Amino acid sequence: MELTGAQSLIKSLEQQGVEVMFGLPGGATLPVYDPIIDSSIRHVLVRHEQGAGHAAEGYAQVTGRPGVALVTSGPGATNVVTPLANAYMDSTPLVVVTGQVSRAAIGTDAFQEVDITGITAGVTKHNWLVTDASDIPRVVAEAFHIATTGRPGPVLVDFPKDVANQRTTWSDPGPVDLPGYSPPVDPDPQAIAAAADLLVRAERPVLYVGGGVVKASASAALAALVEVTGAPVVTTLMARGAFPDSHPLCLGMPGMHGNYTAVTAMQRADVLVALGSRFDDRVTGKVDAFAPGAKVVHVDVDRAEIGKVRRPDVAVVADCRAAIEALVAAIASRSGDDAADPSRLAPWVAQLDEWRARFPLVYDADAPSGASGAGRSAVKPQFVIEQLRAATPADTILVSGVGQHQMWASQHWTFDQPRTWVNSGGLGTMGFAVPAAIGAKVGRPDRTVWAVDGDGCFQMTAQELVTASAEQIPVKIAILNNAYLGMVRQWQHMFYEERYSEVYLSPDLPDYVLWAESMGCVGLRVHSPEEVLPAIEKANEIDDRPVVVDFRTDSMEQVYPMVPSGASNDDIVVHPSQQGELR
Amino acid sequence: MSARREPVGTGRVVPMRAAAGEPHGAARLRHHVVTLLVENKAGVLVRVAGLFARRGFNIFSLAVAPTHDPRFSRISIVVDVESAPLEQVVDQLDKLVNVVEITELHPLEAREAELLLLTVSADAVSRSQVIQLAEVFGARVVDVGTDALTVRFASSPEEIDDFEEVMRPYGIRELQRTGRIALPKLVRED
Ligand SMILES: Cc1ncc(C[n+]2csc(CCOP(=O)(O)OP(=O)(O)O)c2C)c(N)n1
Ligand SMILES: [Mg+2]
Repeated sequence: MELTGAQSLIKSLEQQGVEVMFGLPGGATLPVYDPIIDSSIRHVLVRHEQGAGHAAEGYAQVTGRPGVALVTSGPGATNVVTPLANAYMDSTPLVVVTGQVSRAAIGTDAFQEVDITGITAGVTKHNWLVTDASDIPRVVAEAFHIATTGRPGPVLVDFPKDVANQRTTWSDPGPVDLPGYSPPVDPDPQAIAAAADLLVRAERPVLYVGGGVVKASASAALAALVEVTGAPVVTTLMARGAFPDSHPLCLGMPGMHGNYTAVTAMQRADVLVALGSRFDDRVTGKVDAFAPGAKVVHVDVDRAEIGKVRRPDVAVVADCRAAIEALVAAIASRSGDDAADPSRLAPWVAQLDEWRARFPLVYDADAPSGASGAGRSAVKPQFVIEQLRAATPADTILVSGVGQHQMWASQHWTFDQPRTWVNSGGLGTMGFAVPAAIGAKVGRPDRTVWAVDGDGCFQMTAQELVTASAEQIPVKIAILNNAYLGMVRQWQHMFYEERYSEVYLSPDLPDYVLWAESMGCVGLRVHSPEEVLPAIEKANEIDDRPVVVDFRTDSMEQVYPMVPSGASNDDIVVHPSQQGELR
Repeated sequence: MSARREPVGTGRVVPMRAAAGEPHGAARLRHHVVTLLVENKAGVLVRVAGLFARRGFNIFSLAVAPTHDPRFSRISIVVDVESAPLEQVVDQLDKLVNVVEITELHPLEAREAELLLLTVSADAVSRSQVIQLAEVFGARVVDVGTDALTVRFASSPEEIDDFEEVMRPYGIRELQRTGRIALPKLVRED
């Protein structure tokens, strides 16, 4: 059957099972947008291409399927660079199609021409410039294969306008043939045996769980590993929900704003089993002082992660689930002296419990004294998160922006399922929350989707709430409005003698309620602690449009604990009320 | 040969490195030759070079040519960096979809070769000396001008360095080297 390149592209996307894409048309993608009218694929028209990319990420993070975005050439393409970089950092599968000027015009500085394959080479797993329409089925198949296998990540397909208009035929490309690409799957049994040896003999083990466990859908395998070994678990920012916070052996989040017990358990561990985690500087603090006494087992599907930061004693290059299952089987099959015995870990668990009792996550619940001045409020941001958690269904998807509110969300929310937490970890992209929440809701319309956003972040991408209203995507946004670029303010507070430079925003410019209403949302405002729960309940009842709640929170609140940048994790700064506890 | 201690399970072969503080020729031996078998496709060289540029590593020399299989090309890159950061680049190179195979060679473990073309001043007085020296090295005169000769010399990089030095007093007018290519030394039974 003869068809155009554009029709071939859409058909290829349909063949890949794409059900939705996020995008915004332009000159170079006009031919591609025509067959969309007749396609089974839903197209969500965003208001800015960054929104398309982040929405695709939100969709991918909650469904595990690749997110798809379609943007035009030039500025459309450059607008999607931030989401690509974000997805690259957080290993989110994304297929982005960019329009390009016609082949003959490439390299002539034609209108809306940019070298997007060049620009994005460093932030994609791979990218393609399609130079002939007959290549389309193969390129699309390769794109989805690469985005979703091994360590997932974003890919980009650059699609010249004349290729979209070219007459061509479509045929099934068959299995992909990529001689330079063969991600590992099965673990090396010898490495698994060595890892099992270390773990079984450990006296103070910690399972250091990262986003790879979520990506590999390895939560059940992880639970089995905890069961056979009795080893405690820390879940990094990217892994919140990979192991339930309600489990007695879940220590919560480690790292710069991790809790005392999670951080200190790693420091004192004798065996650290890194599962789909990458020794990020926000987790390790000063690398030389990180987990100094620990023998390290590193499980990762990406060989380049092995030894990048910390040289492991045992490396397992494999799919995380396959590796954990193999580890469980290896440990379960042992007997006698070699067998795992969780009861041996009783002293370690007692130590952890003692730390947990002494250093719980706390905040000053009292109204600030002299609560006047810009941004002072009796509403504590942590209290809002706690109330939100208590008043929403257990399987609620929580999305966040970047800043203090993100850390409080991760700390004070209790996660019980994987893929219920969507945030920008590696790149720390302000403006992620609103579009990512939209993508998450599109991916899981059956779930309640709340975003906890900062006032600064909200202002970066709020316009996507117009998209949400127009497309009837009822997301709920809780703005923790502290009138500041709070996280930057916190660093200026702690490390620049409270010299505040360019961090004040204002609590009421813009007026978030009016803004929300102008975008077709319901806008609510909360000034006092008593109003918090009623506002959340009201928002929960609205299901026909997006809701924005402007929580006026206390600007003076700091995120504790904190490991100062570049310091050792041993120098963790706990909440002022607990500082006497540190010996 | 002392292979550096590697974690169990990486399956990585780590070549011997020049020891730190090596008294003789240490600087010269710090360079590494990375050879890549890549798919013969547009943009591959940019992706490869980009991973070096990103870290501020200067590529000392580069040779690219097709192999016996037209689907693939071989890229030989010489870089002058410490082993540890290079290892990261090699791992990242390996992740490039178009990179099929990668070998990293330390100079002590490699047979290296390079090709030189050199135009040197050679008037009636010096001409015969230049020709004689070229013969001593096993180089070939490939072009003869009124007052200059062009010489072609294929050899090890060190011998080419040496030859360059010998030619310098006569007045080098133009010089081009291909950049080194390398294969692993073969193992011989004792
Ligand atoms: C795009 C972008 N620009 C700048 C930053 C640096 N930055 C990190 S957190 C932050 C403040 C965020 O303010 P807000 O959204 O109000 O959140 P808060 O910290 O107050 O909770 C800034 C400016 C960033 N992460 N991303
Ligand atoms: Mg703020």
